[in-house]
Amino acid sequence: MPLGANLTQEKIVFALAVLLALGFALALPGFLTTQNVLNLLRSVSILGILGVAMGLVVIGRGIDLSLVALMAVSVAWMLTLVSGGMPLPLALAVALGFSLLVGALNGWLVAYAEIPAIFATLAMGTLIYGFGRYFLFSMDVAYIPEGARPILILGQSDLFGVPLPIFLFAGTCLIGHLFLRYAIPGRYLRAVGDNLPAARITGIPVRPVIVLQYVLSSGIGFLAGLITAASVDSMNTRLALSTYVYDVILVVVLGGIGLSGGKGGIRNVVVGTLLIGVLLNGMTIMDIQYTLQNVIKGGLLLAAIVIDTILNPRDEQTAQQGDI
Amino acid sequence: MTFTDRLIRARYRLIPDHLLGEILSKRWVDNALPMLILILVVAVFGALIPGFFGQASLTNLARQWGEFGLIVLALTVVMAAGGIDLSVGSIFALGNIVALALIGLVELPVPVVMLLTVACGAAVGLVNGLLVGYLRLRAFLTTLVTLIIVRAAVDMLLLKYAVAIASAFPDSDLWYWFGEGSFLSLPVSVVVALVVALIVHLTLSRARLGWQVLAVGGSRRSAHNVGIPVRRVICLTYVTSGALAALSGFLFASRLGAAGADIGIGLEIAALTAAVLGGNSLGGGRGSAAKAIIGSVIVMILINSLVRLGVTSGGSSLLLGVVLLVAVAADMRWLKNRHKLLSKVYVSPTWADLPEAPPTTEASPYALNDRLRPVEAIGLGAIDGPEDVILDEDDHIYVGNRTGDIVRFLAPDYTRQEVFAHVGGRPLGMAFAPDGALLVCIGGMGLYRVGKDRQIEKLTDETNRSWFSVIDDSRLRLADDLDVAPDGRVYFSEATIRYDMHEWPVDCLESRGNGRIICYDPNTKSTRTVLKNLVFPNGICMTHDGQSFLFAETWACRISRYYFDGPKKGQVEAVIPDLPGFPDNINRASDGTYWLALVGMRTPAFDLALRMPGFRQRMAQRVAPDEWMFPNINTGCVLRFDETGKVLETFWDLGGESHPMVTSMREHKGHLYIGGISNNRVGKLKLDGVDPAWTGPQSYWGQA
Repeated sequence: MPLGANLTQEKIVFALAVLLALGFALALPGFLTTQNVLNLLRSVSILGILGVAMGLVVIGRGIDLSLVALMAVSVAWMLTLVSGGMPLPLALAVALGFSLLVGALNGWLVAYAEIPAIFATLAMGTLIYGFGRYFLFSMDVAYIPEGARPILILGQSDLFGVPLPIFLFAGTCLIGHLFLRYAIPGRYLRAVGDNLPAARITGIPVRPVIVLQYVLSSGIGFLAGLITAASVDSMNTRLALSTYVYDVILVVVLGGIGLSGGKGGIRNVVVGTLLIGVLLNGMTIMDIQYTLQNVIKGGLLLAAIVIDTILNPRDEQTAQQGDI
Repeated sequence: MTFTDRLIRARYRLIPDHLLGEILSKRWVDNALPMLILILVVAVFGALIPGFFGQASLTNLARQWGEFGLIVLALTVVMAAGGIDLSVGSIFALGNIVALALIGLVELPVPVVMLLTVACGAAVGLVNGLLVGYLRLRAFLTTLVTLIIVRAAVDMLLLKYAVAIASAFPDSDLWYWFGEGSFLSLPVSVVVALVVALIVHLTLSRARLGWQVLAVGGSRRSAHNVGIPVRRVICLTYVTSGALAALSGFLFASRLGAAGADIGIGLEIAALTAAVLGGNSLGGGRGSAAKAIIGSVIVMILINSLVRLGVTSGGSSLLLGVVLLVAVAADMRWLKNRHKLLSKVYVSPTWADLPEAPPTTEASPYALNDRLRPVEAIGLGAIDGPEDVILDEDDHIYVGNRTGDIVRFLAPDYTRQEVFAHVGGRPLGMAFAPDGALLVCIGGMGLYRVGKDRQIEKLTDETNRSWFSVIDDSRLRLADDLDVAPDGRVYFSEATIRYDMHEWPVDCLESRGNGRIICYDPNTKSTRTVLKNLVFPNGICMTHDGQSFLFAETWACRISRYYFDGPKKGQVEAVIPDLPGFPDNINRASDGTYWLALVGMRTPAFDLALRMPGFRQRMAQRVAPDEWMFPNINTGCVLRFDETGKVLETFWDLGGESHPMVTSMREHKGHLYIGGISNNRVGKLKLDGVDPAWTGPQSYWGQA
């Protein structure tokens, strides 16, 4: 058995995260304090929740590039509605409904109109941002109005001394894991991602499952949006145009969920999030310039996928056609 | 003929239904939908924006298009090979700042700046190429990462040099010519983009490398298996893409001379939109420069016009997103359903009215009998589908078979057979040239010559293309039967130009004049079409006057005579206008008359269907091909007729007990040798009262 045959990308990334954390712990004085660790976890928990959303879609052999845009627009709209005098529960319901509807539309485009997922969601991201800016709100940044104070709990409260977002991240992961592992739709989702024609032949309702994965991701995205808004008292819709969604993909892929679908699970998201969290935190403590951080992040991702490719080579006979 | 019949006939004569299917089968119809969108976009914004078609407006638009078009071309090349390059926007920004720094701070001469800028982009492309091509990383992710890294690098360069660049004024006319000048009254960037597009077009459509790119995109595995260096080809596409993106950045730099942080952000999305909108498929295999140009012009006009209409950024991205989704959905539907649509409309029956079939009862010359019953079988079960039979001076039998051989049965007892020549296609009609070489019509290949030394030589596989036919009718699809004129010219029939060999029954459903007769002149080695619009021309036989030949039109159930020389040159005369069955091969008989094979008999139901083209059309559209109504080819016969069209005798084998399926026959030394395209033997029938020394080659070329 060749060396490293058992090494999956997940293990490598996990080892890397641990090594990095050890290195930082030794080199950076402020790193291994309870406060900093909690801070670290808290700062990546939103990324992690988005990672779970993206992970579900990617496992189903899709990709959701409209995730961040939809999250920003729907939460900003909710805040605008509340400022306009709508009661918070109703505004929440409306915005969540909008979010799920757009998710379903995404799914319909991919499953029924058969537009490649990358493209459909890319266009949907642009479209949703434009729709929001044109029809739903006029300001780039939507601040949390008086009526929406209750949602601040999501972002700014502690439970047993641990910030709530960390619990929310953990909860999302747990539910996601249980869903993928035990729920019938979850098993279907993996089957569809693994081999769509085969899943269709076995009688799985392939198209509804694809719609489901986008609806799920938009719902989880909405939750992440609420936490984001609650953490910083506002929602900046420019987020829709940033490369934030690529960071989410980075988390997912870094953790080892294959973009060709069917592989990986929530654990991979956690591992990916961990590495990114440690890295970002360490770099912030070291006061590294933001652009350089991007370079390092990119280099790391590249390294991760190169190692994955070397350890688990795809060859010309097994590569899937149209698999970009 | 009733009035309704006349109406139907007029309708099918005047409206060329078959053209729709032929147009749909063309590859360029893929561009029709994007082209339509382009026209729509131009029309809408031309009407909305005052001065849209003004000189300044168009020049400005064109100059921006030149840069954008290069990016889209870059992406097209990568997508054609099945990849994707998201880093084009960043490379564009990198090219911009590198060019500005080199011209403004280092002050290099412009050509060197251009070269270095392009080289810089190519280097980034090479990194992409090495990672995606050789290491086989995923294109989407890898180029996403290079997008982020290169963007970060650009940001760092900006921090360092932005101020210095902003205050530098390059002192070079050439530099400004690239940005603001024009060449042949076209903006320079447009000229550059068009030249690149031409190169891309020629490469993808004509050059080996381009074909390899499309092959890799079409099926990477197959490309690998046929020996294409897949990795190198993929790597090269990324290098090309990087170089083109940097070139675009260079043009942008020379036009605006600005180094901002937001240059090229989101460009990859616009470029991807343009590439896909033009009809380049994500996943590869389908892509062209024309598609890139159409797509990029559409997106360019959209983005530009929305800005000029004063729509806020939200509104413009909303509209862009919607247009994009709709267009892509339409394109996907089109891709998926084009073949279904084509299969529904390609078969286009036309009106055909056959004369009433003569009876086959006692008094008729076609009266049924059992005269074919005593036939002996040669090579029973050892030959697969001898369409035509021919015998040489030494009495050997030559037949073609289904697996692409010309088989020779050796005289005198014909128990031994050998493969005379392996030709590959489906050998159909055969004839001997004056020098004893065997001339063969090979279905799907054309007219071939097999010498006595078994040397196979292609005589012709194409003829002159008709000016106004939509499908390319220059290639020979179904060369069928042939005969040789006294001066050596070869006349051969091509049964149909609309279908391939295995689809011959479908041509009958159409019963249109899809076939033609072609002449090959060995003296000038030229090929030209002699007679067009024949209804499945099949057998051809030279008459004894040396000026004309007889030919059979299978689905029209008639024999005609064409004069290629002499006083009646160019005329066609009917010989037998109303056969009771579908004629196949014609050959000479020993007493100056002719043998004819009827491959099947007409049926009243099918004759009726021929007068109801709408019925056949609906059948072809709605019923599975296995259930279609086809002409009967179960029962046939051999008959003899003379030049006046009088039928002299017929040979039937009722029930096909001794020899089912007849497509050809050849008289030789008092015997008749019979072939059938789906038969498993050659039949040999003793003839009474004929010249026992007569042979075909003698009749044609005299005593050797």
